Formats: sequence, structure tokens, C-alpha cells
Amino acid sequence: MDDRKIKLLQALEHNHRISVGTLATMLNLTEKEVNDLIKEMEDVKIIQGYVTLIDWEKAGQNNNVTALIDVKITPQRDVGFDVIAERICRFPEVTSVYLMSGGYDLSVMVEGTSLKQVAFFVSEKLATMENVQSTATHFVLKKYKQNGIVFNDDKKDHRLVISP
Amino acid sequence: MTRFVNKKIAQLPYSGIRKFFDLAGGMKGVISLGVGEPDFITPWHICEAGIYSLEKGYTNYTSNCGLEELRREISRYLLRRYGLHYDYVNEIVVTVGASEAIDIALRCVLEPGDEVIIPEPCFVSYKPCAAMAGGVVKTIATRESDSFKLRPEDLEKAITPRSKVLLLCYPNNPTGAVMTEKELQSIAEVAAKYDLLVIADEIYSELTYEGEHVSFASLPGMKERTVLINGFSKSFAMTGWRIGYAAAPAEIAAAMLKIHQYTVMCAPIMGQMAAIEALKNGEGEIKKMVLLYNQRRSLIVNGLNRAGLPCFEPKGAFYAFPSIKATGMSSQEFCEKLLKEEKVAVVPGDAFGECGEGYIRCSYAASTEQIVEALSRIEKFVERHAKRQRAVYAVR
Repeated sequence: MDDRKIKLLQALEHNHRISVGTLATMLNLTEKEVNDLIKEMEDVKIIQGYVTLIDWEKAGQNNNVTALIDVKITPQRDVGFDVIAERICRFPEVTSVYLMSGGYDLSVMVEGTSLKQVAFFVSEKLATMENVQSTATHFVLKKYKQNGIVFNDDKKDHRLVISP
Repeated sequence: MTRFVNKKIAQLPYSGIRKFFDLAGGMKGVISLGVGEPDFITPWHICEAGIYSLEKGYTNYTSNCGLEELRREISRYLLRRYGLHYDYVNEIVVTVGASEAIDIALRCVLEPGDEVIIPEPCFVSYKPCAAMAGGVVKTIATRESDSFKLRPEDLEKAITPRSKVLLLCYPNNPTGAVMTEKELQSIAEVAAKYDLLVIADEIYSELTYEGEHVSFASLPGMKERTVLINGFSKSFAMTGWRIGYAAAPAEIAAAMLKIHQYTVMCAPIMGQMAAIEALKNGEGEIKKMVLLYNQRRSLIVNGLNRAGLPCFEPKGAFYAFPSIKATGMSSQEFCEKLLKEEKVAVVPGDAFGECGEGYIRCSYAASTEQIVEALSRIEKFVERHAKRQRAVYAVR
């Protein structure tokens, strides 16, 4: 892959709000190059999207409930797990889906406004799907770290203001 | 009770940085580009090794020259990274930071009146350490037009019959200059011709952005006349752990060990344990940090140039050293005003030697956001003062 693209991705990975001007200066590219490269990578889905990591609890909207669900599946001939995984992905309450090695097959993360809502989703939508053998639901009690970011991390700079 | 203080120490000036630190220390909302240490905290696996060492009860002295395992890892590292062969048994001494290594290296070789040649601008400790060790300091001004590299002809001019030591620091603090193998070779020839001992402070060796760092000791015939100094502070973001080392010919290492053993006994054990982990498993972390420094390097160099402070391209360390001559201010004046008016802390270039006058040191060991904000403040500041200067000329 184009070296410029890799450099751009490395710069964007942890902060996509960095301005095009700054990116261009950092990477010794023109602003047009940066814009074109980003557009190109968005088009071919190398860049899948941009999200904001929010501590909803801190925002006073702490009524969301998250659950991790271990799902066992009977794989289908020719397509394996893909078709059923893709079907699970379509539900808006599902925030992530991974195929796993080990004791179960899919790890599904679900978010809802209440325990009841999530439980309803599992029992009515997920468990009743064809090929789903079983589910085990684990509710999240507290979030410490997500996507590499530690919540409530004290990032204080302890260094002296001036040092040799 | 100044009458009790040794005259030589009484006459020794405080570091120019210290003075500026007092000025900036009390202010709120300051963005600092004045810090000579990484903004990263020590990689976690290294901290963990330090913590485990305490949990396991490693709270004792170590052998004077440092833990055997650490010296062995240092020896392996020097071979792996720079092609150097040092015997961990008698050629490596683990010190309390590279600073101690510089001090004891100078103290164990200098006779009163021996001359120490130091290219400037340079780290603030060299001259005082050389003076305290009884040496006579001869500085050589390096120039921006040479990208602050040492010229062999300038070195040759500075040599007298009393010249004994050449103190080299590349990648350089404060300029960010590096020297290539060929350029170092020409210095090596002069060192051999006049039988100089070279103390090579290579603490920033891992922070080299174009090409590979060449260790002075790796040049043909140089190992026998080099004291190589390095450490963990800059490369592994371990400044507070205070672990450095010197690698030197056995006779010199033994002499250094004498001073080390009678003054500090040994470097702290938890730092040494952490350093072992750093050398065994830390090189991936260095790569990550170097990648980020390199992004910021372009950001700050381009930004300073745009702000009207011409800046040569630093190829190592984490400093940019732009010229402020166009503003008509002295380095001290520029830095004081910048701090008071825009709350950006940088270090006046003359703190690193007379020839640093007309320059400032901007550290890019700061987050991208801080650098962007600092640059915009510097740009405003320069523009405002340029206008004023034009007005002054108009009146004249």
C-alpha cells in the first residue's frame, strides 16, 4: 500500500478530528492530497467510519444497558457462520459481532435502554433464530476501558514546565 | 555562610534553564515546549517489571557496576543495534542516569588543566561537569549553515597540547542535529591524530528519524578511545527511573567504577529491573513513540517556518531549534515575552552556549493539540512584534 496512506491512517487512528491542514503539515503532504487520499480510502472502505467514544454515564444519561452474549450456532453448508452473523448485524441494538474461537461461536454486543429490553431482544429475536443453538447473556456492570481509551484516566502531565 | 562554599562551586553559574523554570513555574495555563523529556509515560510492561521487582522483595543494593543480567542485556543491545562488542563483565557500568556517567567519565580521566573540547550548543551539564572535574573547557561554535554539525577543521583548530577529551552529543540536545557515518569518520581521524578520548553521549540514539544512528565507538579504531554513554530516559521514556550506562575500554570502565562505587554505590535496583524488561521487550514501544515524534517533528518544523521563525530540519532527538534573529530580540527577551504574552514556554538558545543566542529550543515532546495551539500563539506573537519592529524602523 501507498506509504502516504499508511502514514495518514496512523495519524487518524486515534484522532479523526485532526484538521486537514494539520495532517498535511504533519505528513509533508498538500491539503488536496490529504483530502483525496482520505476520500479514496473511505470509498474502498479501508476507513470504515468515524465514531465518538462517549461516557454516557458522565453525561447523565446512564440508563443504557450493555450485554455481551455468547451465541452458539449450527453453521450452514457453504456459507458457514457468515449468513447468520450478517443477519444478527442488521439489528440496530447490536453494536458489535465477532466470530470467536473456543467454547462458543459468535460474541454479540447489545445495547438497550433497560435490562428488560435487552432480555427481550435475546429471548425473542436472537435465541429464536434458526441455527442459533444457545445463548448466554452477560450484562456489563461498569466500563473501564473501550477502544484503547481508559475512562476517567488522569492524564495529568507530571513533568516540570522547563527541564534541560 | 558563603565563606564555607568552595570558590569554584560558588563561581559556577546556575543553569540558564533553571532561571527560566522559576519564571514559568508559577504561571497557569502555560503550554510548555520547554521540556527535555518524553511526554509519554513509561510503557506499562516496563513499569510492571519495576512493580514486580518490589513485590518480590528486590529492595537491596546491586553489584556496583549493575545487575549482571542488565549488563548482559545492554551488551546484547549494543551489538544488535549498533554492531558494538562490549564485554558485560568489565566494560559496562550502570549509572544513575546518563548524567552520572558523564560526570564520572570526566572525573576519572581529567588531570587539572586538561582541556575538554565541547561543541556548542550543547546540553547544560557538560561545561560545569568538566569544570568541576578540574578540566578547562574549550567550546566550538557549530553553525546553523552546517546543520549544527561539528566540522573537523574547527575541531583541529581548537586542539592544543593540553587537549584530552572531546565531548560529542549526536543526536544533539538542543539542536536536533545528527551526524552521518562519513561526517563522524572525519572527526574520528582528528581524534586519532591528536590522541583524544571521545566521550560520546548518545542518549538520543533511538530518536533518529532519517537513516540509522551510527555510534561513534563503532567507527574503525574508535572503541579504544571512546566512552559511550547511553541510557533509558529518552528512548524508553524512563527519565524518572534514573538508569543510564557507560560502555568503555576496561581500564577506563574500572576507573569510572571506582568513583561510582564510592559516591552512589549502585543505581537503584527497581530501575535496573525495569531496564532489563525494557531491553528484552521494549523495542516495539520505541517504534510507536518514534512514529509519533516524527509526525510532530514535521508539524513543528513546518509550523515554525510558517510563523516566520526559520528552522533547519532536525533529524534526531525531539527538539526544533529555530532562529529568532528576524524578530530583533535576544533569546532571553523573546522567551520571556512569549511566556508573558502568549503563555508558551520555550527555552532560550543561549542557555546551551553563547552560539545558541538568536535561537530558541522548542521541544515537540508534547501532544499534537498542544503543538498546534502553541504554534498558533507563536505565529501571533511573531507577527505582532514584527509589526512593532517595522513601526520602530519607520519612525527612525
